[in-house]
Amino acid sequence: MTKINLEQSEVEVREKRLGSITGFNGTAKELISYCQDGKPKECNRNFSQCTGCNASTAFCQLAMIRDIAVVNHAPVGCAGEFYNYNFIFRVGQKQRGVDNPIHGRYFNTNIQERDTVFGASDKLIETIREAYRRVNPKVIFVTTSCASGIIGEDVEQISQTLSEELGIPVIYCSCEGFRSRIWTTGFDAAYHSILRGIVKEPRKRVKRINVINFWGSHVFDKLFKRLGYELQYIIPFSKVEDLEYISEATATIQICSTLSTYLAAGLEQLYGVIEIKSPPAFGINGTDIWMREIGRVLDCGDEIEKIIQEQHEKVRPEIEKYREKFKGKKAYVTAGAAHGHALMALLKDLGFEVEGAAIFHHDPIYDNGDKTSDALAQMVEYHGDVKNYSVCNKQIYELVNSLNKSKADVIIARHMGMTTCAAKLGIPSLLVTDEQFIIGYEGILKFASRVFDALDKDEFIINYSKHCKLPYSKWWLEQNPFLFLGGNNHVENY
Amino acid sequence: MSKIIEQPRFSCALGAQQTVLAIKKGVPIVHSGPGCSRHVYGLLQRGQGYVGGNNIPCTNADESDVIFGGEEKLDKVIDGAFKIIDGDIFVVLTGCTADIVGDDIGSVVSKYQEEGKPIVYLETGGFKSNNFVSHSAVVNAIIDQYVDKYKDSEGVKRGLVNVFSSIPYQDIFWNGNLKELKRVLEGIGLEVNILFGIQSKGIEEWKKIPNAEFNLVVNSWVGLEVAENLKSKYNTPYLHFPYLPIGAIETSKLLREVGDFAKLDKESVEIFIEREEEVYYETLDDAAEFLLEFRYGLPNVFYVLSDSSYVIGFSRFLINELGIMPGKQFVIEDTPEKYIERVTKEFENISKRRKVDVEFTVDAGLAQEKIKELQENNHGQFDLYTFGEGERSDKHLNNRALILGSAWEKDLSERLNADYLTIAAPFTYRLVLSGGYVGYNGGLRAIEDIYDKVLGSYN
Repeated sequence: MTKINLEQSEVEVREKRLGSITGFNGTAKELISYCQDGKPKECNRNFSQCTGCNASTAFCQLAMIRDIAVVNHAPVGCAGEFYNYNFIFRVGQKQRGVDNPIHGRYFNTNIQERDTVFGASDKLIETIREAYRRVNPKVIFVTTSCASGIIGEDVEQISQTLSEELGIPVIYCSCEGFRSRIWTTGFDAAYHSILRGIVKEPRKRVKRINVINFWGSHVFDKLFKRLGYELQYIIPFSKVEDLEYISEATATIQICSTLSTYLAAGLEQLYGVIEIKSPPAFGINGTDIWMREIGRVLDCGDEIEKIIQEQHEKVRPEIEKYREKFKGKKAYVTAGAAHGHALMALLKDLGFEVEGAAIFHHDPIYDNGDKTSDALAQMVEYHGDVKNYSVCNKQIYELVNSLNKSKADVIIARHMGMTTCAAKLGIPSLLVTDEQFIIGYEGILKFASRVFDALDKDEFIINYSKHCKLPYSKWWLEQNPFLFLGGNNHVENY
Repeated sequence: MSKIIEQPRFSCALGAQQTVLAIKKGVPIVHSGPGCSRHVYGLLQRGQGYVGGNNIPCTNADESDVIFGGEEKLDKVIDGAFKIIDGDIFVVLTGCTADIVGDDIGSVVSKYQEEGKPIVYLETGGFKSNNFVSHSAVVNAIIDQYVDKYKDSEGVKRGLVNVFSSIPYQDIFWNGNLKELKRVLEGIGLEVNILFGIQSKGIEEWKKIPNAEFNLVVNSWVGLEVAENLKSKYNTPYLHFPYLPIGAIETSKLLREVGDFAKLDKESVEIFIEREEEVYYETLDDAAEFLLEFRYGLPNVFYVLSDSSYVIGFSRFLINELGIMPGKQFVIEDTPEKYIERVTKEFENISKRRKVDVEFTVDAGLAQEKIKELQENNHGQFDLYTFGEGERSDKHLNNRALILGSAWEKDLSERLNADYLTIAAPFTYRLVLSGGYVGYNGGLRAIEDIYDKVLGSYN
């Protein structure tokens, strides 16, 4: 179990904290057993394509708090995605019905060559002051970059000094791109900052549940209203004052353990907010287990059993109809870790054969140290193994090679940029954008309907695949997809 | 000039990866941290195209590369890229990590160059410059390290011109703009190396760069360094047209200047211009009634936030062709010191009757504060119908604003009740394929798009 230490100004990266890896090729069962025997070994690649860095993942959480400003201490290029997140922020506020939606206030210190020689501290100070003047925020977050990290800027010290000067929390968030091979470390970095700088000691315990999520729909409202609990969706679209007392909630639920492992564990360890440790509620079995855990923790087991029975009666006949439609179909999954495991469970519930999975990284254990949180293990135990399971670090060249040899009827993806390569091979795809949409019992049916659509509406893909070419050589498509993945040939070496 | 940036609209030096992607089968190999390439892509590109986005080879530098150097890793990734990716030209670009640590990428790449592989390199650590500057640098790197070696030996070809204009992807209409430039230049009898995008023949065209009779720079300053390089290398003269020509007046002016410079037959240049203008003005004639008589108000004052080539180009077009008055204009590109005077002068030449007030700033958040102040304090809300008191005062002027800028201006425009058109990155609210605003066709398109937004504002 991770010891959450708020004295540390920087979160420890996932590969050290959890033993997370970005390279593996084998079966799902093999991966699980290596993890349960201890930390699996990381595999390096001799060829790689660009992935993403923890600065983006940190930013995507911090930037969507409604009364803050973010100062990104970096060359201008690091701020390239500011508007993409602002778009999600603006549209998301409207979807969630937030009063007076605003647009994000994000600043970049524009580190230039002379700053790398003489230091950029003055610029950082000027930017924080200017952000304060323009925005009058409740909190200013300061995020870092490769450049600020290597030239050795003391951002923690500057943040503390400016906190005193401005009279608001100025909070350091360490997310240099090179710090971690696993970009989800950025979530941990953002949550570490929020825990250090915003969350206060609880004054009391309230009948409220924290939902750690991205920006999807309010899918849990009905269930928890029936159980008599108020919900608070965090972090995006919250105000600073909403976050101060997430420490008073009864429990924390999650839609993606990859996202929220650190915050959920932190809230439990520091403030006694119980983390629901079952993997998020995806698929029939996954939802049953999750529901029963809710029943146990909130002491409402009888009501939960009633709901389970009601829901089973409602969805099972519909699921059977879909299983008929999907009989004999094969699917390929590419997604982040926890969500990928969920997608596999859903597909298997619907009668698909999961032909293969290319999952971005793997956390052998989460911060709570509890083996029951292992969604992959839970999925394999209930649904059986996935034979072609790779941890792919978003390497499209491996995926394209695998897909080219596969007989997949559809590819299910969770991250943008993964579906066009499939489309060029003529394989229909579904990008799951709203992660909440497919959660719980009803989520299975919603997911099924989307997959059915993806298989059915393939006119664009048929035409597109005839005319648009992949950039990969004929030689490469004939090789073993994992030719460039080193040290993984003899998995018994683990 | 404020150096901090709220609302970034351009990328760092590594933005040069988009210039490489704009060459047919051009493949960037990025030696940087894992997220850099995506930050560039996230700002400038909506789809991956052939080998963009997640397809880009990258060393994904981690802590050990920062401590021990990343040359060996780069070597492996280059080796793999040649095997895996079907490309014509490979360009190694560095990020901050490699440049600060001091990896010697030249020595890694030269090994492949000596083997005759189509590969060049450039240091593009993000802090070194921005993509307005590194665009020319990467073009020069390809010329110096590749084109020069494989150039066509046939010598200067009469009537062949290399065009250096839009920065691919930073100019969100680069493909359409280059297409129109090529069309009109061919119209007056030239053969055009357009070098980037759908109209280009790819690297074969690049090999003919040294054969051009002259180079044409259609940009306020980007591309001048390429033209200078080619002048000293191959003695190729160049013509500088210092903004984007939008609409008929400016396009005809460009063509006449080019015709004079290239000593083309005057009559055939005029025949082309006459034909194009006839089509242009006949088309415009259909809009005149609307422009003169629309009763519910049209924009009367404009603000452009973009790079100087666009700001000058649109200012000329909006003032001289449409009679919309300039508010304040903002050049956001971090114009290099040595070009500021020249660019400032261009603003003085836009109109004999109207002064165009311009500010150079990278901090567009501050620019927005100024626009807000000007619009709110100037005349108040536009009130076209308060003619009652007889005398026509400033207060009664139609103050309805047109804001041309990036996605960042959408929110501002809504607050100011202004008409808003995306013409710059980030371009979140627009899907751009082959459209553009340059040339005769671009001018008509600009009119369509602007008034489409105006009309769309009424219920």
